[in-house]
Amino acid sequence: MTEAIVEYRGVSKYFAGIRALEGVDFKCRPGSVHAILGENGAGKSTLIKIMAGVLQPDAGTLLMEGKEVSFAGPQAAVNAGIVCMFQELSLIPDLSVADNISISSPPRRFGLIDRRAQVSRAEELLARVRCEDVDPNALVRELSLSRRQMVEIAKALGRNPKVLILDEATSALTARDVRTVYGLLGELKDAGVASLFISHRMHEVEALCDTLSVFRNGRHIETFQKGEKSEREIVRLMIGRDVDAQFPPKPDRTGEASTTEPILEVTGLKWGNRLNGIDLSLRRGEIVGLGGLDGQGQKELLLALFGVLKDVEGDVLIGGQKGLPSSPATAKNAATRMALVPEDRKTEGLMLDMSIADNLLVSSFGKISRGPFIDPGRAAAEIRKGIAKLQIKIGSADDPVMTLSGGNQQKVVLAKWLMIDPDIILLNDPTRGIDVGTKQEIYRLMRELANEGKAILFYSSDYAELIGCCDRVSVLYGGQVVSEQSGDGITEESLVAASLNIGVEAA
Amino acid sequence: MKQSSTRSSDLKRWLSQNTGFAAALLLFAILFLTYNVLHPRGFSSAVAIQNANETVAIAFVAMAQTLPVLIGGLDLSVGAVMTLTNCVASELLTGSPLQILLGAVLTLLTGTLFGFMNGCIVVYGRIQPIIATLATGAVAIGLALLIRPKPGGNVDDDLSWALTNSVWDLADTYGFADGGEAWWLRPFADIPVPFLLVVVVAVIVWVPFRRSVTGRTVYAIGSAEGAAYMSGLPIQRAKITAFTLAGFLAACGGLYLAIQTSSGNADVQQAGAYTLNSIAAVVLGGTSLLGGTGGAIASLVGAMILRVISFYFRILDIDPLLQPLIEGLVLLTAVSFGAFRTLRVKNQLDLFR
Repeated sequence: MTEAIVEYRGVSKYFAGIRALEGVDFKCRPGSVHAILGENGAGKSTLIKIMAGVLQPDAGTLLMEGKEVSFAGPQAAVNAGIVCMFQELSLIPDLSVADNISISSPPRRFGLIDRRAQVSRAEELLARVRCEDVDPNALVRELSLSRRQMVEIAKALGRNPKVLILDEATSALTARDVRTVYGLLGELKDAGVASLFISHRMHEVEALCDTLSVFRNGRHIETFQKGEKSEREIVRLMIGRDVDAQFPPKPDRTGEASTTEPILEVTGLKWGNRLNGIDLSLRRGEIVGLGGLDGQGQKELLLALFGVLKDVEGDVLIGGQKGLPSSPATAKNAATRMALVPEDRKTEGLMLDMSIADNLLVSSFGKISRGPFIDPGRAAAEIRKGIAKLQIKIGSADDPVMTLSGGNQQKVVLAKWLMIDPDIILLNDPTRGIDVGTKQEIYRLMRELANEGKAILFYSSDYAELIGCCDRVSVLYGGQVVSEQSGDGITEESLVAASLNIGVEAA
Repeated sequence: MKQSSTRSSDLKRWLSQNTGFAAALLLFAILFLTYNVLHPRGFSSAVAIQNANETVAIAFVAMAQTLPVLIGGLDLSVGAVMTLTNCVASELLTGSPLQILLGAVLTLLTGTLFGFMNGCIVVYGRIQPIIATLATGAVAIGLALLIRPKPGGNVDDDLSWALTNSVWDLADTYGFADGGEAWWLRPFADIPVPFLLVVVVAVIVWVPFRRSVTGRTVYAIGSAEGAAYMSGLPIQRAKITAFTLAGFLAACGGLYLAIQTSSGNADVQQAGAYTLNSIAAVVLGGTSLLGGTGGAIASLVGAMILRVISFYFRILDIDPLLQPLIEGLVLLTAVSFGAFRTLRVKNQLDLFR
C-alpha cells in the first residue's frame, strides 16, 4: 500500500460549540480518486476547508506526505500542492480569464506581468480542458456559469496540484464538459495526483471514484473500495442515526386533500438555470416539505414565490390570483398574504443591532400606525402578544436582538411574520443552528398554524424534520421536483434516494 | 486579412469591457474640440498651456482617488494631502538646483508617507476608508496650517516659469537643446510642459503598477474580495499600496500647485473642493465606486472633462452663478448611464449585496 499523501489524525472542529468534525481519522492516497459522501451537515465541507487552509482544526493534526503541517491560509495550502475548487467559485469577475488562471503567480518579465505569456499559458490550459472556445481576454463576468467552472478547473490545473479537491465541481457543467473532466481525472490519477471528489450525483461517483468515504454528523464512518457496497448500503451508512426529535401528531387527511382548492399552485416555474420547471401545490391546513440536497433550487423557489427574483417564468396561482408578487412588500400586503422566514436570519431575517421590539414590528407598521405615526399603545400590545405566543425568553423588549440565543432569535423572526397574519408561510430551513428544545416548539407551532388554516411550505436540510412535520414532501433535484411523497410514504430511505436521484425505492 | 479581423474583434472587446472609459474619451473629445472652435484663439499653444496648467492639480488628485475607489473605498484626504504637500513645497522649492530637487523629493515623500499611514490605519486598524481618511484629512489640513498659517511662499522663479509653459520655454530657461531651437525639439516645442508631466507620471507610475501582482490584486479586491482571498492574493499589501500611491499622486498635485502658483496656501475649502471633484472625475471616467473596474487614466480623462466644462464659462456668455448648477447636471447625466446595471439584476437581493 502506498503511503497516504494527506492524513487526518483525530481532527475536530467546532463552530460556536456545535460539532462540525469530531475525532476524524482519514487518509487519502496518491493516484486515487476519492469520493466523500454524506448528508448535508455531515462535515464534508469542513473536512476540505481544513485541508485547503481556510479553517484551522481545533484539535488533532494534519499530515502531508507523512509530515505534520499546519496551513495559515489558502496560499500556504496551495504552495504545499493542495488545490481546491470551491463550490462558490473563486474567480474574480472583473478580471480576464487569463488573469484569473494565473492569478497568484503570473508569468513575469522585468518584474511586471507578462500578458502575452499569460495569454498563451491560459490558451494551453484551456486546451487541456477542451475549452478552446473560451477567449483568454474575455472577462470572467461575461462567461456562462458552466464556462466559469471550466476556467476554475483550468486554474486549478495550472497550479500543478498534488491533491486536487473538487467540491461539487461538476454541478453546472454540460455533459461534454463532464466527460472532459472524467478524462482529466484519469490523467491526473495516472500522474499520481490524489483527487478528492465531492458530488451529490451517485452515478458520477460510481463512474469516477475508486475509493469512497462516508461521513455522518461530523464523524468519519467508513472508507471502502468501489464495488464493496451496494448503493442501498451506502445510503444506509449515510443515514444511520436515530430520529431524536419529537414531532406533534399529524392529522389524518386521507380523502380530504383532493377536495379543497389549493391556495398556491405552481406549474412549470423556471428561473435562470436554477429552477427548471417546478410543479407544486399547497392547500390550507397543510405542511408541504421541500426536500433534496442543498442547492437544488429550494431557496430560489421560496425567493421566487416571495417576489424577490425577476424574470421568473411559469404559471402561478396564489389564492386564485394569477402571477407572482413583484416584491416582498407586495407579497406581504396582497389579498393572500405571504411571509418568508429567510435562510440567514442574521442578515435577511433580523436587524441585529436593533431592539427586539423594533424587529418584531418591522413587517407590520401598517397595522400599528395611526396615519403616518406609530401608535405606542398598539405597538406595545402587539409586542406583548408576539412574545407570549412564541414564548420568547427575553430580558427586556428593548434589548438588541443580537443578545438573544439563536433559537430565540429565530422565534423573533417567526413572531414578526405571524404578526401580519399570513395565509401562506414560507420557511427556509428555520431550525438550522438552534437547540433541540426550540426546534420542538417550532414544530408544534407549525402544526398549530396549519390547523388554524394556514398553508406552510417548509424547506429543511434535515430529513428527520421533513418526515416528522410534513403532510407531503416534494424532493427537488437540479431545479425540478423529482419525487413527491405523502403520508407514510415519506421515509428516510426514499428521501435520500430521491435526493441523489437514484431509484432505490424501486429496488 | 486575418490580422485585421482579429484587430477589429480586439477593438470590439476593448469597447465592451471599457464602455465607460470610451464614452468619457468621446465626451472629452467633443467638448474640447467644440471649445477650441468657439474660442477666439482656439487651437493655439497659449490656450493649450493655460488649459493644461489649470488641469494638472485636479488630474493628479483624481488619479490619486482612483486607487482607493478601485478597492471599493473612498479617500477623503486626497485634497487635504494635496494642500499639505503644496505648503511643504512652498517652503522647500528654493535655493540651488540640488536643494530644489531635494525639496521636491521631500514633498513627494511627505504625501507618500501620509498615504502609507492611511493604508495602515485602514488595514491594521480595520477602519472603513471613508471615515479613516475623513479624520486623517483633517490632520493633514491641520499640519498644513501649522506650516503655512498665511498664504505665501518662496518658489524658484525659473522653475515656476519653465514648468508652466511650453517645452520651448523649458529648454530656453535651462539652456538645453540650443535654447529650444534644436531641430529635434521642434516637433515637441509647442507641447505644454504640465501636460507632459501628467503623462510621464501616468506612464512611469500607473502603467507598471497596473501590470504588477499588487496592482491586479487591487482590482481583484474591488471585484470580489472573498475570491481574492481564496486565491491567495496579498490583500493587505495591495490595500496599503493603494493608499500609499494615492498619497504620492496627491503630492504630485500639491507639488505642481506650488510651482504653478509660486506659493502655498492651506485653504480648507479648496482641499474639500478638490476631494469632491476627484470623486466626480473618477466616476466621470467610468470607474465604478463599487470597485474592481476602471483606472487612473480614465480618471485623468474624467478630470479633463470637469475642467473643460468650467472653461466654457469663460468664452460663452453664461452667468458664472450658473456654473455649479450646470456642472451638477452634466455629472448627473453622466452617472445615470451607470445605473442601467440594476435593470439586469435578476435576484433583487443582489442589489443590496
